Amino acid sequence: MLTNISNVLRACAQRNGAAAVVSARTYADFTTQATFEIKKCDVHKLDEAPATQVVMTRDEGLQYYRTMQTMRRMELKADQLYKQKIIRGFCHLYDGQEACAVGIEASIKLTDHLITAYRAHGYTFTRGGTVKEIMAELTGRRSGIAKGKGGSMHMYCKNFYGGNGIVGAQVPLGAGVALACRYKGTDELCVCLYGDGAANQGQIFETYNMAALWKLPVIFICENNRYGMGTSVERAAASTDYFKRGEFIPGLRVDGMDILCVREATRFAADHCRSGKGPILMELQTYRYHGHSMSDPGVSYRTRDEIQEVRSKSDPISLLKDRLLSNNMASVEELKEIDIEVRKEIEDAAQFATTDPEPPLEELCNHIFYNNPPVEVRGTNPWAKLKSLS
Amino acid sequence: MATSLRCFLRSGKQAVLVVARRGIHRSPPAALQVTVRDALNQAMDEELERDERVFLLGEEVAQYDGAYKVSRGLWKKYGDKRIIDTPISEMGFAGIAVGAAMAGLRPICEFMTFNFSMQAIDQVINSAAKTYYMSAGLQPVPIVFRGPNGASAGVAAQHSQCFAAWYAHCPGLKVVSPWNSEDARGLLKSAIRDDNPVVFLENELLYGVPFEMSEESQSKDFTVPIGKAKIERPGTHITLVSHSRYVGHCLDAAAVLAKEGIDCEVINLRTIRPLDVECIESSVMKTNHLVTVEGGWPQFGVGAEICARIMEGSAFNYLDSPVTRVTGVDIPMPYAKILEEHSLPQVKDIIFSVKKTLNV
Repeated sequence: MLTNISNVLRACAQRNGAAAVVSARTYADFTTQATFEIKKCDVHKLDEAPATQVVMTRDEGLQYYRTMQTMRRMELKADQLYKQKIIRGFCHLYDGQEACAVGIEASIKLTDHLITAYRAHGYTFTRGGTVKEIMAELTGRRSGIAKGKGGSMHMYCKNFYGGNGIVGAQVPLGAGVALACRYKGTDELCVCLYGDGAANQGQIFETYNMAALWKLPVIFICENNRYGMGTSVERAAASTDYFKRGEFIPGLRVDGMDILCVREATRFAADHCRSGKGPILMELQTYRYHGHSMSDPGVSYRTRDEIQEVRSKSDPISLLKDRLLSNNMASVEELKEIDIEVRKEIEDAAQFATTDPEPPLEELCNHIFYNNPPVEVRGTNPWAKLKSLS
Repeated sequence: MATSLRCFLRSGKQAVLVVARRGIHRSPPAALQVTVRDALNQAMDEELERDERVFLLGEEVAQYDGAYKVSRGLWKKYGDKRIIDTPISEMGFAGIAVGAAMAGLRPICEFMTFNFSMQAIDQVINSAAKTYYMSAGLQPVPIVFRGPNGASAGVAAQHSQCFAAWYAHCPGLKVVSPWNSEDARGLLKSAIRDDNPVVFLENELLYGVPFEMSEESQSKDFTVPIGKAKIERPGTHITLVSHSRYVGHCLDAAAVLAKEGIDCEVINLRTIRPLDVECIESSVMKTNHLVTVEGGWPQFGVGAEICARIMEGSAFNYLDSPVTRVTGVDIPMPYAKILEEHSLPQVKDIIFSVKKTLNV
C-alpha cells in the first residue's frame, strides 16, 4: 500500500498558505511532521495573538482525520435514522463544524471541563463518549449514554456537562464549573460554548461580568455558524463581532473551518486562563450543512449555492485531507482505509443502537434525587404508586 | 360515536391541512374541517386587521413563518412593523412587549415554547400581571403571551413542561388553554381583545389536528368567552374535567366506557384562570363523581385546585367518592419512547380511574 517516494524538499502552494517539508525519511516514506502557515486571528484587547506557523505531525493529522470523519459519518447516520423515525424529537446535527470540536479538544486535556448547547453529539464524542453510547442514546435505548432518558440534547460524561436545551443557559453553568476549578486550586479550566443566536442572551453578559470580575478560568467560545435557527446574524445582532462582545474580556476571531487554527487559538486561550489572567473569548467562524434541526430543511433562509460553496471550498475534513496528501504525510489509500473503518464502526453502532432494547419501565422514576433513600412517586392516578431509587 | 372528527392523531406534523377559501362561496359557509394551526392563524390575521395596535413579536415568527408555522403568511401580509422577528432574548423581548402594552399597543408575545417563558417569567408576573393592581387601576397591560405548552413527542425534560399551574397561580393573569379549533380561534380572539394580560397555552401536538368548525365559529366576530367551560359530552354517571389535549383523551375514554354502560360527562375547561367552578359543581351535583385529567405534574396542579374548590363549595355534599386526579407522572420527562408514553395519562389510565372512582 505504501509507495516509494523519494525524499524531496518541496514547497507546495496550498489553500491556506505555504508549507515547508521538514525532517528526514521515516520508517516508510511519509513525512512525520510539517509546518503550516495558518490565518492570523483578529484580536480584541490582546497584545499578542496565536501563532501563525504551526507544526502538525503525521500521527496528529491522522488522528484528527479519523475523529472528524467519525463525527461526520455519525451525524449523517443520525440524519438517516431520524428520517426512518428511529430517532425522534429534536436532533441538531453538527456536520460542517467538526474542526471546532476536534481542534478544541486537541489543546485541552480530558481533565479540563467542557459544556455546550444542544448541538452536542460531536462534543460528547471528543469528550470520551463512544459512538455506540451516543447512537443508542439517540435511539432511546438502555445502553445510551444517559440510559435513554436524556436524548439528543442531554448527553453527559466525565467533565462534560452536556448537552443543554435552553439557549444560553449553559454559559453561566460553564462559568460556575470554572469557579469550582479555581476554588479547588487546580489548573483546570472550563471551555464554555454557545452559538451566534445565544450570544444575544442576557445571561451571557451577566456571566461575562462575573467571570472577568472574579478572574474565572473559562474560555468562552462562540461557534458562529451564521444562523440562529432561521435568523441570520445580521438580523439578530446589532454587532456581529462576537469576539468583541465580551467588551472587557480579551477576544479572538478564529477560522473555525481550519482545525489547526482552532487548535492553536485554543492553546493560546488555555495558556491565558491557566496563567490566572481570567476569562478569554474565542469566536469560531464555522458553518453547519444541515438546517437548525432535523425539522428544518435549512434552505428557506439561505441558498443551496451558499451551502455548496462552503462544502467545496471550506470543508474542514477536505482541508485537512489536502494538507496531509500534498505534504506527503499520508497516502490516498491510507485515508480511504480510515474511511472504510469509520464507516464500519458507524454501521455497527447503528445496528447496535437499533437493536438494543428500550429502557425497562422500572427505570421510569429513578434518578430524581441523589444519595437519597428510595421515595414513592405518584403515577398517572392515585393508585399508581411507583418506586424511585437514587 | 360523535360524527365530527375528534383529536386522535399523535403527530401534528402528519395531519392534512384543510382550509376553505371563504371568498369563493356566495352562501354562508357550511361546517368544515380546520386545523388548530389554521384556526390560530386566522384569529391572529383577523385581529391584526381589525385593530392596528395589535402586533406579533417572537423568535422566527416573521420570515420563517413561525417555528411551528402558526404565523404563516402574516409577515408577508403585514410587514416588519406588525410582525417582528426577535433575537433569542426572551427576558428582553417579553419586557419590551409589556412596555409596548403599557404605552397603548396590544402585543402578542410568542414564546417558541412555554419552557422558554421561564427565562422571562419575571416580566410576565411582576411587570404584566401585577401592574394594574399596583397602579390602582391607572396602568392596564393588554398583552397576550402565547405559544405551545406541555409535552410534545420525544423532546425530553427541558422542553416538555406544562405551565398551566404555574401561571394560574397568579392573580392579575388570565390563563387560557384551548383544545379544538373552535376553542383556539374564539379564545385567541377574546384574549387579544381582552385588556388584561392573558397567557394562552397552545399544544404542539394539536396544531396539525383538524376539527369541524361550525358556520358561526368562522365569523370574524366569533369569540369564545374567557372563564367559561364547555360541556363537550353530556353524561350522568361521572364527570370528567380536563383541558387542552386531554379533553380528546377523555372523549375517547368516554366512548369506550359508553359501551360498558358508563355514561361520562366531559367538561372542557377552556380557561384555567378564572376557573369555571360553577360548571364543574353543577355537573358534580348531577353525577356525584369527579375525575380531573391533565398532562401536568400532580403536585399543586390544576386537578389539585379543582379538588380544593369542590371541597369548599356546595358540590362536596353530592360526592359519592373522593375526587380522582389523573395527571402526568411526578418526574422530569424522559426521552425514550416507552418511558415517555408511561409518563403521561393514557386513555386506559382514564378508563381505569373512572372505574375505580365508580367502584366498578
